[in-house]
Parts: sequence; C-alpha cells; structure tokens
Amino acid sequence: MKLDEVKIGGMGASRKRVEDNRFIRGKGNYVDDIVLPGMLHMEILRSPVAHARIKSIDTSAAWDMPGVRLVLTGEMMAARNLAWMPTLSYDTAAVLATDKVRFQGQEVCAVIADDPYIAKDACGKIVVDYEILPPIVNPVQAAAADAIQIRDDKAGQVGNKIFDWEIGDKARTDKAFEDADLVSKIELHYPRTHPSPMETCGSIADYDRATGKLTFYVTSQAPHIVRAAVAMVAELPEQNIRVISPDIGGGFGNKVPIYSGYVIAILASILTEKPVKWIEDKTGNLVSTGFGRDVYLKGEMALRKDGKILGVRMNTISDHGAFFADAQPSKFKIGLMHSAFAAYDIPTAHMFATGYYTNKAPGGVAYRCSFRVTEAMFFQERMVQAAADDLGMDQAEFRRVNFVKDEQHPHRTAFGFLTDSGQYEKCLDIGLEAINYKNFEAERAEAAKRGRLLGIGISTMTEPLGAGNSREYDILGIKMFDSAELRIHMSGKAILRTGSRGQGTGHETTWAQIVAHELGIPADDILVEEGDTDTAPFGMGTYASRSTPVAGAAIAMVARKIRAKARKIAAHLLEVSEEDIEWELGRFYVRGNESRGVTIQDCAMAAYSNMPDGMEPGLENTAYYDPPNLTWPFACYIAKVEIDPETGVWDVLQFVAVDDCGVRINPMIVEGQIMGGLTEAYAMANMQYQTYDEEGNIIGGNYMDFLLPTAWETPGFELYEVVTPCPHHPIGAKGVGECATVGGPAAFVNAVVNALKHKGVRNIDMPMMPNRVYEALTTGKDIYGMPPVRSGN
Amino acid sequence: MYPSRFAYESPKTLKDAIGLLDAAGGDAKILAGGQSLVPMLKLRFAFPDQLVDINNIPDLDYITFDADGTLRIGALVRHEHLEKSAEIAKRQPTIAAAAPLVADPIVRTRGTFVGSVCHADPQGDWAATMIALGGYIVAQGPKGKRKIDMKDFVLGPYANALAFNEIAVEAVIPAPKGVARGGYLKLERRVGDFATASVAVALDMQGETVVGAGFALAGVGGKTIDANDAASALIGKKLTEETIAECAALVAAKAEPRTDHRGSSEYKRHIVATFVKRILTANSTQKAA
Amino acid sequence: MSSLYEEIQTPPASDIAVRRLTVNVNGEDRTANVEPRLLLVHLLRQAFKLTGTHSGCDTTNCGACTVLFDGRPIKSCTMLAVQADGHSVQTVEGLATASELHPIQEGFKQEHALQCGFCTPGMMMAAKALLEENLNPTEDEIRWALSGNLCRCTGYQNIVKAVLWAAEKMRAELN
Repeated sequence: MKLDEVKIGGMGASRKRVEDNRFIRGKGNYVDDIVLPGMLHMEILRSPVAHARIKSIDTSAAWDMPGVRLVLTGEMMAARNLAWMPTLSYDTAAVLATDKVRFQGQEVCAVIADDPYIAKDACGKIVVDYEILPPIVNPVQAAAADAIQIRDDKAGQVGNKIFDWEIGDKARTDKAFEDADLVSKIELHYPRTHPSPMETCGSIADYDRATGKLTFYVTSQAPHIVRAAVAMVAELPEQNIRVISPDIGGGFGNKVPIYSGYVIAILASILTEKPVKWIEDKTGNLVSTGFGRDVYLKGEMALRKDGKILGVRMNTISDHGAFFADAQPSKFKIGLMHSAFAAYDIPTAHMFATGYYTNKAPGGVAYRCSFRVTEAMFFQERMVQAAADDLGMDQAEFRRVNFVKDEQHPHRTAFGFLTDSGQYEKCLDIGLEAINYKNFEAERAEAAKRGRLLGIGISTMTEPLGAGNSREYDILGIKMFDSAELRIHMSGKAILRTGSRGQGTGHETTWAQIVAHELGIPADDILVEEGDTDTAPFGMGTYASRSTPVAGAAIAMVARKIRAKARKIAAHLLEVSEEDIEWELGRFYVRGNESRGVTIQDCAMAAYSNMPDGMEPGLENTAYYDPPNLTWPFACYIAKVEIDPETGVWDVLQFVAVDDCGVRINPMIVEGQIMGGLTEAYAMANMQYQTYDEEGNIIGGNYMDFLLPTAWETPGFELYEVVTPCPHHPIGAKGVGECATVGGPAAFVNAVVNALKHKGVRNIDMPMMPNRVYEALTTGKDIYGMPPVRSGN
Repeated sequence: MYPSRFAYESPKTLKDAIGLLDAAGGDAKILAGGQSLVPMLKLRFAFPDQLVDINNIPDLDYITFDADGTLRIGALVRHEHLEKSAEIAKRQPTIAAAAPLVADPIVRTRGTFVGSVCHADPQGDWAATMIALGGYIVAQGPKGKRKIDMKDFVLGPYANALAFNEIAVEAVIPAPKGVARGGYLKLERRVGDFATASVAVALDMQGETVVGAGFALAGVGGKTIDANDAASALIGKKLTEETIAECAALVAAKAEPRTDHRGSSEYKRHIVATFVKRILTANSTQKAA
Repeated sequence: MSSLYEEIQTPPASDIAVRRLTVNVNGEDRTANVEPRLLLVHLLRQAFKLTGTHSGCDTTNCGACTVLFDGRPIKSCTMLAVQADGHSVQTVEGLATASELHPIQEGFKQEHALQCGFCTPGMMMAAKALLEENLNPTEDEIRWALSGNLCRCTGYQNIVKAVLWAAEKMRAELN
C-alpha cells in the first residue's frame, strides 16, 4: 500500500489552495485590516510640481487643527538624519523633501492625526512656496549640455547621467558587423509602466518605548530586507525590530523597496509613542512608488543571407527618475538586460547602457520580471522579427535556424550566462501547431475580403529566473540565497517557515507539496508560515520568480535533512543498521523485507519519545540554499490579431502559450500564474502605461488614466506544457511567475506589426492604442511613443 | 479618498429639497446617483458646504412614454434601468445603444440619467444623447417648473443652466413623427475609460425617409458638442451612401478635438465620421417600419 | 457604535452634526454615529469591522469595495455611509452560512479564481448580483457583468469559470 503522491498533495497535484479558505470568506488579513489600540493615521502631502526649489513650508495651520498629533517636514527629518535614505542601487532618495522637489508626487510633508480624514484635512492647510524649475522629462533633455542638474544634492555628480555600463566583446562584435551580409536595425521604447497591485503600499509602525521594540507591519515582498534596512536607517538594534508582512494584495515588484512613507511612519510612532498607520492611496502608489521599464533601445543585428545571426549590438538608454532606486543585483547597472538572446546561438554580442536622472518618479523595480529581463526579451523578440522581415524570411523559420539546440546545453550565451536545459524547437512546434500557423496566410486572405487585417506574432525566449547564485548576485552586498525551516511535531504534523513571502502566489499550498513529496507527510498536515521576521529564517524575499528556484529548493533540502535524521531513528526503531534501511514515500523499511517498516510519522513520535542513545531529540532543521545557477524556463507565445482598419482597434483572435518551466509542483497554480502574466502582457501591449507631459505632470497617476484591462477586453489564453527539468534544482523546477509578462508583450506587438507589414510598418511602440495603429496603417510610418506628450482634454 | 467636511440633508419632498438649496444660496450640491460627485469629493476636486440628497424623494424613478410617444425619465432613473428596459429597447434605440456604454456595470446600478446630464462632463454619454434627441430638462425651483432645451442646458464643461435653487426633475424626449431610429458608438480602450470619441445619432424615419435627425458628440471638445445642424444633409432624404457620407462630414466638422495621448485631432475627427457612417449605415439596412 | 468615530468628535472638530444611522448589514441591524462625509466602505471596515470589503482605488474604477445595496451591486467607496441609513447592505462576510460556503465561494476555490485575494470579495459580490438575475449566463455575459471589477492576478479566465461553476451548482440546487 504505497502512498499515492497526488492523493497526499505532493508534487504534480493540482491541490486547491489553502489560503483561499480565508480569502473567499473576506477573512484575509491585509495591512489595512489591522487595527491597534490608540492607532494614529498618517497622510502624505505630495508635490504638485515636477521640479521646484522649496522656498518655505508653513505648517502652523495644520498643527492647529483638532485631532492633529504631528506634522513632519523634511527639515524635521533632517534634524534626525532621516531626510535621505539609501536606495537599493547605492544611491540616496529623499524621505521628505528638504531642498527641492524632483518629481510630481514627491513626499513633502506628513500629517499624523486621530483619523485619516483629519490628516487629509490638515494636509490641505499646509502652505508650501515653490520656486518652479524647468522639468526634465526624458533622457534626451537630461543629456543636453545645458540641462539643469536634478541631483545638485550629490557631491561629485556631473550633469544628469547616472551610469555608463557595458558588457560583451566589442571588437569581435564590430568584426561580425563588418562581415555581415545584412544589418538589421530597430529603435524602440519600452514605455514606463507600473506594477500596480490592487492593494497599495502601506504599513503600521508600532514602537514601544517600554521594551524598545518596534513592530512594523508592512505589505512587503521582502520582510527581512525591510528589517535590515530599518536597522540601518533608523539605527534601531536589529533584534528589537520585528517586521510582519501580512497578506499581500499583490506585489509584482512594487513591494520590494523601502518607501518614504515607511520611514516617516516609524519616526512618527517613535515620536508619538503610538502605533501609526500609513495606507497609501492609489494615486500615491502610482505617482511615487517603484515603476517599471522606461528604456530606449537601439538594436542592431549582423546577419548572414541564410538567416544566421552573426552578432548583436544593443544600446540602451534608461530613464530612472529622480533617484536611482532600481531593485536589482548590485553588479548589474541595467539589471539582467544582457540575458537578451540567451535562447539563440549567437557568436558575439555587445551592449552599452546609459542611465539618466529625470524629474519623474524613481523606481525601476522589476515589475513581474527578473531585473530588466522583460525589456531584454521584448527587445530581443522585436529585433528578431525585424531581422526576419528584413531578410524576407519566415519568422518561425528564422528562430529555428538560430535557436540553441537541445544538445548544446549547457550553453554559454554571447553575454556570458550559462543556460542549462531546454527544448526550444519542440515548444515552438507545439505553438505553431496549436495556432495552425500553416494555414495563417489563407486566413489572412479570407479576412482581407471582409476588410480586416490579420497578423500573427511569435515570441520565444528563455529567461534567467531565481537569483542567486551568491557569487554574482547580491542586493546592497547581501547575497541572494534563501532559506527554509521545518519542524516536525511528534504527531507527524509539521510547520514550515521560509524567508520568501507569497503574495497571491500560493506558497502556503505549494510549499507543503514539496515537503509532501520529500517526506510523504500529507500536504494538509503541513502549516506554512511566512512573513514574520521573528519566526521565519532569513531570506531575500519573493520577486524575480525566485521563490521556487531558491526557497523551494531550500524546502526540499531541509526536508532531506529531516529525512536523514528520521532514517537513523527508523534504524533504531527497526533494530537494524542504517545501511539496511530503504526509503519509499512516507516510509522506511528493512531492505529485503518490505512489510517491516515504520512511517515518517512513527519516526516523528520517536524523535520526542524514543530516540536512539546519544541522539539529539526533536525533528527539526533549517536549510540555507545558494543555487549553483539561475533557472532557465522557456516559453513560446503566439498571438493572432485582427485589426479594424477604419479605427485601428485590434482584437486578439487566438493566443497560444507553451511554457516549459521544468517540473510543475502544482499545475493549477502554475497555469494561474501564466494566465495572470499574459494579462499583464496584454495590458502593456494595449493600454497600460505612464507618461509625462512637458511640465512633468504624470499621465497615468490614477485608474482613470492608468488602464488595467477588465474581464471584457482580456482575451482567453490556450496553455500548453513542455517539461525539461532543471538539472541543478533539487526537484527539477524552474521559475514561472513572470515568464508570461516577460515574453508576452512581444507576441502582441509582433502580431500587430505583422498585420501592417505590407504597409512598410516595422514598429509601433507600446501601448498600441487604436490611434497609433491607425496612424501606422494610414501613413506607413513607424510609431514612436516618445515623450513628452500633451495631456488630455 | 477622504472627502472634506460638508453638511448633509436628505429631504423627503422636492419642496423641502428646493428650500434647502435656496437657503444654502449656492453652496449646496445635489446628490443623486453620486457616481460623478462622490469621486470628485474623494479627490477633493469638489468641496461643497452641503449636500442635498434627493434619493429619498418618492416618485422620481420612472421611465414613461406618453400616449403621443413622448419619453419622460425621472430624476432618479439609474443607468441600468434604461439598459434593462424592454420599452426603451423597443422604442428608443439611441438611448438603448448608449445605456450599456455608460461607465461600468456597477456604476450603472447607481448613477442616474438626469444627474449625468446635469454633470455636463464633456465626456458624458447622456448629455450628448439628449442633445441629439432634441430633449429638454424640466427644472423645478421655488417659483415652479420650467423647461430648458438641451441646446441651452449645457453651458460648458461641468456647467449647466440650472439656477442654484433648481432641481432637474425630469428629462423629456419628444416623440418622433415616424419611427425613432439611431444609435450610439464610443471608442474607449476598456470598459469605463474616458471616451476617445463618442457619437450619438437620433433619427426620425417615415418609411425610408428621414424626417428628423440629431447628432451630438462627446470627448472631442471642451464640452458636449451639438452637431444637429448636420441634419440638413438627411432631412427629406433616404439614407444612401451619398447622404450618409455628406452627413458624416458635416458632423465631423463640428468636432473640436485636441491632440493628446488618446490620439491626434485628425484621428478623433476621423473616428467621429466613421462612427456616424456606421450608425447611419446600420439604420439604412434595417427594414422600414 | 464605533468608539473610533465617537473619538473624532472630542474635541469637536466642526459644527457639522454627527448623524445616527441604522443599516441592516448581512441581516443584522447595525447602528453608528457618523459624520456625513464618511464613505460607506469606511463605515463597513472601520466601524463595523467588516474588513472583507476592500478599498482599492480612489476613483471608482476597481470595484474591490463592491457590496450589495438593497440587493444591487454598488461601489461602497462611492456612497456616503449616511445614504445607507435604513437600507440593507450585504458584504462578503454575509455570503457563507455558519456551516456552508456559498456556491460562488466554492466555485472561486475550485477553479482557482483568486490569487492575492484583494479583488475577490468585490468580484464575488458582483457575480452574486449577476446570478441573482441570470442563473444561466454565457461567458460573455459574465465578462460583461464583471467589467466594473479589476483583477490584477488571475487574468479573469478562471473567474469566469468559477462563476459558471457556481451557476451550475445553483441551478442544480433549484431542481
């Protein structure tokens, strides 16, 4: 009577989610749901202008309002050495503005009052006198010789450039271009967008003077990083800081950084000696917290007539806003942009990246993305399509010619990554079959008769997910490993804690499945707990699809440690030597006598009641996992679109997704991640972006202008699966949460551009709004969404 | 997200409501569906001293057709009532087409037709519809009722012709001489988006002949645009390719779009012309009643 | 009565009268003293401690705060608490009985129609309003009815499936 792994909720089981039980009853526990006795409420006054010197701030009328407890200004923060804080990219960011405001929406003052309504009233009573300075809203303006310097606070800063950074072999790449039959070029802008989880950022700081302990409730994807940062910034002893990240209403990278509001709320709690709650409004979230993308590309590809890519040049210019606050490994200034072309066998490549300050919100977070991988794969797949078109070659065939072949793995990419597994052609073939690629030209001709334009677009990519390893990946010097702690109770039930933090990603469900797989303890018997730094082992948190690759591996490893100890106990219980013990799921038995055995539960009880002489009691352990490499999932996305040529409106007729994310722990959850990711890809392709007008006013600062698609517009998605296990991951899994957002956009853009190919159109920048598509169609010109734009009616 | 302070009254009669408005001397706002006003309060774009909530006044929630076909819509008729009304679907195609395109389905359960007309948002669907239909508003004040023609009602963005102590109690749409036809189209990027352009077309047809026509536009100017002059291209004529094209050009000429991130002025004007053509063409192919 | 909203009045912050209201919430009459400017969503969350109704945006777009008001779905961030005086409100907490989940709740779990859970209560209330009018909706009718509610995680496909699942179960229960 062997255990059925699926029945006990092990690997491969589409186990229904444990966390749903509270969410469907309205019993989730998000940070705004928490109420502490005597709690005060904080509201932030934000700058209405993009760039201005602060001449004076008068807070007296706010102080005079009944119910107001504290009004904080930059000057008051500065007196406590808290006016500036470090960012995740070795820069500084203003907590409350002292000298200048540098973007619209920047934090200027904070009011702490008995009630948020009163705090908001008091914000309206603060008078700030601004001397308006010229705003810089794009890198071209930032680079101009006579441009005003945004960061005049930084000693040694010259102009508005943040960095120049390069990678690859320039000389060899130049040679490849000399030898090329054809050079394909394309210029693109990946527009600024925002992760925009449904729940905004927010926190409650609760400082207890009596104990010196700060309890900080915060909606954070990386609570341990918050603890470290608070210890650093607020100079509180780390053992006295407890960070609790309760249920997270979506993160997508937005909830990795430390924001001004957190620092202010903590100081306010220390000063008032009361809990202080700060819940950001949606506008605050969209105008001031970590955005994503905003990168320009000049891409060039050296090609041989037969379709072989000889070399790639990428030149990127990125707009980082007022502070360089990218959340990324410190070694790589433009994230993992150089993961581009990892799926293609390319002899040589070179990339040059430049970053600028502008008078826009800071951030540059990895929005559902492994550190700029989204831009990398989008640029790659747009360059691939342009090259195929320039060669006059079929877009699928061009990919096939240049793919890294299965047997070439492990494969060193032109930019130096090591990809280790994949079946790229197989995925492509499944996708082409599913969308009936062979028949597409016939379909296109048929649609033309109805006056409609059809297009088909492919996006294929492998992306690096799951940083570290620790040799190459760190954030502010802290190495990117992760952890798990497993305690088996005497009844054989267990509690598992990790340093990651789920945010709708199903950790409470899937983590138990890994333990079930390793130990045979039914998943329902395992409680998963995350997000409390007093109880969870240290971890770098959940982003960049790193939970399964890193924390997931740590879980498997800690379970194996437990199993190793249990084996000794089993030998003791069965009165044989350890060498004579065999393992099957959930049970040890005596080799050659299968009926004589003990269950893992028996071993758990014995660990507390009947352990061998000299053995440490108990059955618990911790594992820290430092992955040997990133994981490399592969995806093939194909979109078929139809355009109404009279309006430029486009609809998705069919969308096929083939994902190879290695071994799937919970297929239901994996598919949920893919569908969600594709929806965000569709959103970016179609409607979701942020831009700024000439004055630096943000467009896309609320949900009236920052458009998330509804159920009505969002297309259906057809999902297919290929499994190439990750060779170095203990359970063969690869990251998956972000593949669809990373690879999806190019499929939509390639499809729309494909539909307009006959007009000579090679590019439409996202979002491909109807007016852009119509303009491309009627003029035959490429459409660049270069800011600045004019604001609305 | 947190409105500023205001006083609140919820009178039970129109007389009391008008009395409260009168006493407030212009510092009060009427709260009906609240789907435009409350968002403005939350963002503190509006900060009235007082709100007069008319939701508790009985008998304002009616959609009736008089014997002669005149349509009357009471001040508390919600968008969804129009969307779901079988009578409207049968007899008033312009309204029937516009109703499902107003905001989103949850907002439609609460927002009111008359309130939306009064709000006079340049993007508003109902003000455009009313102008195209040649409707009027019945305003009631301390001295009784008066009619305000739609062409005189919308004064500018968010400005209407009501006196501070008047309530729009009813919207009236005159009966067609023949059969009411028409339609409404809106280009929006997703449900609930601001319109890039919206077009309301109202036709009064006898057989295949157009005996009356109205056009109005939203989203393509600083206020709701009255394009009723374009009716001259159709009156007394049939809907043919030529008359439709002429009419579409006339309506599009009336648009005053600005170039912005939703599109160039030329694009928006083109959308207006396209939508006029589409609505008229759809009506030309319908069987004559 | 909410102590929080009593507290606001000491010291009196304005001359605007606090109003006493009674709302039937999930079948039970609840009373509170509130300022007229208090939004219904805040009354539910803060005064009545029904935190299942979420406040997601400032602009009446996201629908996370959707509740049933006299049986119809509304965005509770876009109604004043005082307007609910004498009316009935149903929130996500009123969906399940002590022993049994509502079929919509079951459907959401069965079909993996939620991830972070933040939009879920509003989404389920909008779905309930739909199914009360139409127990046999098409996929398009479901997508249309839910188009006033934004979800960032799921991509909606599973939400549509969940509502179909619930409709089927509810139809079966009727027979």
